[in-house]
Amino acid sequence: MPILKVEKLTKSFGGLMAVHNVDIELEEGELVGLIGPNGAGKTTVFNLLTGFYPPTKGEIILYKNGKEKHLQGLKPDIICKEGLARTFQNIRLFKDLSVLDNVRIAMHKNVKYGLVSSFFHLPSYIREERKLYDASMELLSIMKLDHKKDEFARNLPYGEQRCLEIARALATNPSILLLDEPAAGMNPAETAMLSDLICWIREKFKLTILLIEHDMSLVMKICERIYVLDYGMVIANETPELIKSNKRVIEAYLGEDVSDA
Amino acid sequence: MRNRLKTLINPNIIIRIISLALAFTVVQVLISVNVINSYLQITLATICINIILAVSLNLITGFTGQFSLGHAGFMSIGAYTCAIITMRYGTLWSFILGVFLGALLAALVGFLVGLPTLRLQGDYLAIATLGMSEIIRVVFVNLDVITNGAAGLSDIPQFVNWIWLFVFTAGVVWVIANFLNSSHGRACISIREDEIASSAMGINTTRYKVMAFTFGAFCAGIAGAMYSSYFYVIKPDLFGFLKSIDILVIVVFGGLGSITGSVLAAVLLAIMSTFLQAFSEIRMILYAVLLVAIMIFRPQGLMGSKEITIGMFNKLGNMFSSKKEV
Repeated sequence: MPILKVEKLTKSFGGLMAVHNVDIELEEGELVGLIGPNGAGKTTVFNLLTGFYPPTKGEIILYKNGKEKHLQGLKPDIICKEGLARTFQNIRLFKDLSVLDNVRIAMHKNVKYGLVSSFFHLPSYIREERKLYDASMELLSIMKLDHKKDEFARNLPYGEQRCLEIARALATNPSILLLDEPAAGMNPAETAMLSDLICWIREKFKLTILLIEHDMSLVMKICERIYVLDYGMVIANETPELIKSNKRVIEAYLGEDVSDA
Repeated sequence: MRNRLKTLINPNIIIRIISLALAFTVVQVLISVNVINSYLQITLATICINIILAVSLNLITGFTGQFSLGHAGFMSIGAYTCAIITMRYGTLWSFILGVFLGALLAALVGFLVGLPTLRLQGDYLAIATLGMSEIIRVVFVNLDVITNGAAGLSDIPQFVNWIWLFVFTAGVVWVIANFLNSSHGRACISIREDEIASSAMGINTTRYKVMAFTFGAFCAGIAGAMYSSYFYVIKPDLFGFLKSIDILVIVVFGGLGSITGSVLAAVLLAIMSTFLQAFSEIRMILYAVLLVAIMIFRPQGLMGSKEITIGMFNKLGNMFSSKKEV
């Protein structure tokens, strides 16, 4: 059963077709990779899915509780509320806020007290803030960041910043998680830990994950299916084993075979 | 039940109430024994009004990260509304009505202006808000019938005394501090930190920017009402571009993103300015030189984005006590 269906998604910046007629289908609970050479349009696809760019053409359909919901043209905060969360290629934490606040802010959409209660700290404020605190701490302890809850996000080591970003995305309680190069800048040991973490959170939070990554060891190890993007078009959609031997994919990455020329 | 009482009666809140009550009583006593004479009382009123203005501008600029140069405009709306109402009716109730109506009108204008302009960022927003406050000023100059034009209003009944000043100043600071310490407040702060990430986390950034702007304007309206009712003369020129800059100076001096910093800065700058009256001719030069010097040595402002908290005093106490043990 598909949970997200992207049809003929197109985005042009002036004359440049950054994304051209891309079809993506995610089954519920799948872990899918999105790879491609630099500038292939992977991050643009993410930006389209999460509402940062309006698509020039095409449809993004989310299936939730048996209902269809069109996401194209909606604003990022609405799409987040529909259950798509993302991380960013260049980490975008709230750097001067504490680790705890980073996660709490992402839980804001579930907060049930109003402005008046926030002005005067009425009982509903106290009750909800306690819930918020407990939920955040639970999430942080899952990500092994609970002992650093009061540290500024900017003071965390790089790997933990990546983890915090994932924690923050999870805090929005998504059904689909979009990870934009989570292993960028990590050493092999950290990458191995990250791949375990990704698989684990998928089980734990019952997520569907779409993952952009350049680190092939990670992608080949954990992804069940891989989309390959080149010049804004999907050139392959297969399992990792088949992708490895796919001629068009090899061409896209390494250039055409010399003997063909 | 016991647990609930415990959370309701938070020790921090008790300490806050006690220190506020203490501050109020001390000043009240000093006024009644005439240590704070009528001249110093003017400084006191200026401090209180500036605290309201600075803290509310800090909410917009320091916490939500929207650079506004129009705060004096909102202040003038509160000032004129309150002045006109109290001049017509002259009762205490009309004063209270005037304060809230003034604040509400300022908030309404803030809302209407904020809706289109808060899509702008940085310098562009500053220019737009600057233009907005000039428009408000020009409207007051030209609405001769109600506002008496450029000459302004005089003989406004004086209702504001130390008690009112204290109630409104403490009230505004308390409410804004509470707001910032709530999920809604954190949503505002996240916009300053990273607007894109903030919207990706499900926060309607436009809504919270407009909310902070409106709320800030509301408080500026209160400050304006205090001003008109204390100084019994207002004219449009008082609420020009320079007044907005004055408020911004307090905010930056205290530290963008620090409420206690704004309060501290409002007090220090008023004291500095009063003290400099002794050198009347070179007063503004000295004031400017001091500001420049402070900004060179503490570019992040007095407090940066930190707050003075009760915990800090505890730490300080611990430091001293541990030193003694050594």
